[in-house]
Amino acid sequence: MYTQALNTAETDDRGLEDAARAAQFQARIDAEERIEPNDWMPAAYRKTLTRQISQHAHSEIVGMLPEGNWITRAPTLRRKAALLAKVQDECGHGLYLYAAAETLGSSREELVDAMLAGKAKYSSIFNYPTLTWADIGTIGWLVDGAAIMNQIPLCRCSYGPYARAMIRVCKEESFHQRQGYEIMVMLCRGSEEQKAMAQDALNRWWWPVLMMFGPPDATSQHSDTSTRWKIKRFSNDELRQKFVDATVPQAQYLGLTIPDPGMTQDADGHWRYSEIDWTEFKQVLAGNGPCNRDRMAARRKAHEEGAWVREAAAAYAAKRARRRTAQAAE
Amino acid sequence: MSCANIQVSETPLVLYTLRRADDALILGHRLSEWCGHAPMLEEDMALSNIALDLIGQARELYSYAAKVEGKDNDEDKFAYLRDVRQYRNLLLVEQPNGDFAQTLVRQFFYSAFADLYWRAMMSSRDTTLAAIAAKSEKESAYHLRHASEWIIRLGDGTDESHRRAQGAIDHLWAFTGEMFSVDDGERALIQAGIAIDPASLRARWLTTLSDVAGEATLELPRNEWMQQGGRFGRHSEHLGHLLSELQSMQRTFPGLTW
Repeated sequence: MYTQALNTAETDDRGLEDAARAAQFQARIDAEERIEPNDWMPAAYRKTLTRQISQHAHSEIVGMLPEGNWITRAPTLRRKAALLAKVQDECGHGLYLYAAAETLGSSREELVDAMLAGKAKYSSIFNYPTLTWADIGTIGWLVDGAAIMNQIPLCRCSYGPYARAMIRVCKEESFHQRQGYEIMVMLCRGSEEQKAMAQDALNRWWWPVLMMFGPPDATSQHSDTSTRWKIKRFSNDELRQKFVDATVPQAQYLGLTIPDPGMTQDADGHWRYSEIDWTEFKQVLAGNGPCNRDRMAARRKAHEEGAWVREAAAAYAAKRARRRTAQAAE
Repeated sequence: MSCANIQVSETPLVLYTLRRADDALILGHRLSEWCGHAPMLEEDMALSNIALDLIGQARELYSYAAKVEGKDNDEDKFAYLRDVRQYRNLLLVEQPNGDFAQTLVRQFFYSAFADLYWRAMMSSRDTTLAAIAAKSEKESAYHLRHASEWIIRLGDGTDESHRRAQGAIDHLWAFTGEMFSVDDGERALIQAGIAIDPASLRARWLTTLSDVAGEATLELPRNEWMQQGGRFGRHSEHLGHLLSELQSMQRTFPGLTW
């Protein structure tokens, strides 16, 4: 689904890299060339990308849980199939993102272990619960909508494997976003009860979705290097503003009210939103969101209960390889 | 739609079609329970994929049953507004997922049958069922290959996986007989060339099972006693819980469009 706005660049190259190579690397970036896995790159570039791509992958996988919560309860067979296919797509995104991260030299197992140990983060948005069917529509509409805002620029990220993965991911996300919005349209055209369900979901998701873009630019510390390396092309606030401007008319079309009474439209057409409660954001990042513990527990349970299966597959593969070698020797 | 149970006119062809639709929906639903919780991401993908195929088959079969019945029932009414006594699926497919071995053994027993069944049904005189069979056969062939490969890996993997796979085979075996039994209504459809006689598939089904079990170093049970009842709405206790979850939205919010 989506990675948090990360701002996690390691800014110092520890002085170990050759300055000439670093300059040449930057020249390639400036010329909009793609960096490929076997190319030389600064250690900090590798580290920043490994962290960003793996956090993005973890977000896709943890993001399966809140929506997966409704697969068995979807209200019609068509909705059930669409939701299952959507959650399966998120899993696919996780897989290609782990593959992209592996091209930087860390294995999927190491990356997953870091997440399960609580050392690697995933997007804060998945620490909120899906309470009603309208949450499934709202996640598609807003969470996937915010993800697309963030990921479209990543299609031009300087690192080739990540940029290419993003092109495919964005195509699917845009389909999910339309599907989510269509669920909202149906609810808003439905009974009073359904419309109330839609409004309630918007009320609960609106502010957490705005937080997905990360801290405000004024307090954001690490963007400079990511910008110079063309990993990040727009600031958190720029992306957040684009998202709000795109979303307000969509809410109006639905007849829903954005839960921000102080919101106003500028003369230049931009919708100005009220102050975001960054205390809540920090609490969720610190592990105190409504579902942090449940999400981690679910991922750990799947991992631990699946251990014997993975061991069996590895043991069988090893046996088969031995038998083939023995046969070849005969 | 209201939230009360629908009435179904179970003529032989409607009943026959609903039975196969219920098999596909219930098994698809069970597999969908794994989504996000599988032992590896590749299996989250694979089990969801199989679930999607089965739910797709169910939808086509329900729509056809609705057309044959000719009342105002549709795929969602069949799925969401029949209670446990009106469901007609095999006992096998409603059995809980258990561990990964139990899920895969259930899938293996079913897919080994479904693959043969749909291939044979491609020559049904009922052109709709034949068309559904042609699509389902391709899907079942993949489901069978996926399940067979896992049975072999689990059986011939570690001591623990062998023990779990053998345990699942022993546990689920008694639910396989129902796949091969027919009632009078079905016998008439078989004679008319609309349905095929499942008994004619049993020898080949057993060969598939024996071949895979042999390679997996697993044993097929010798007990002959088979549980029956799903085809007539006499289910295990598990199905009611599955349906209470599956149907919760339609039962809570009657008659709305989603």
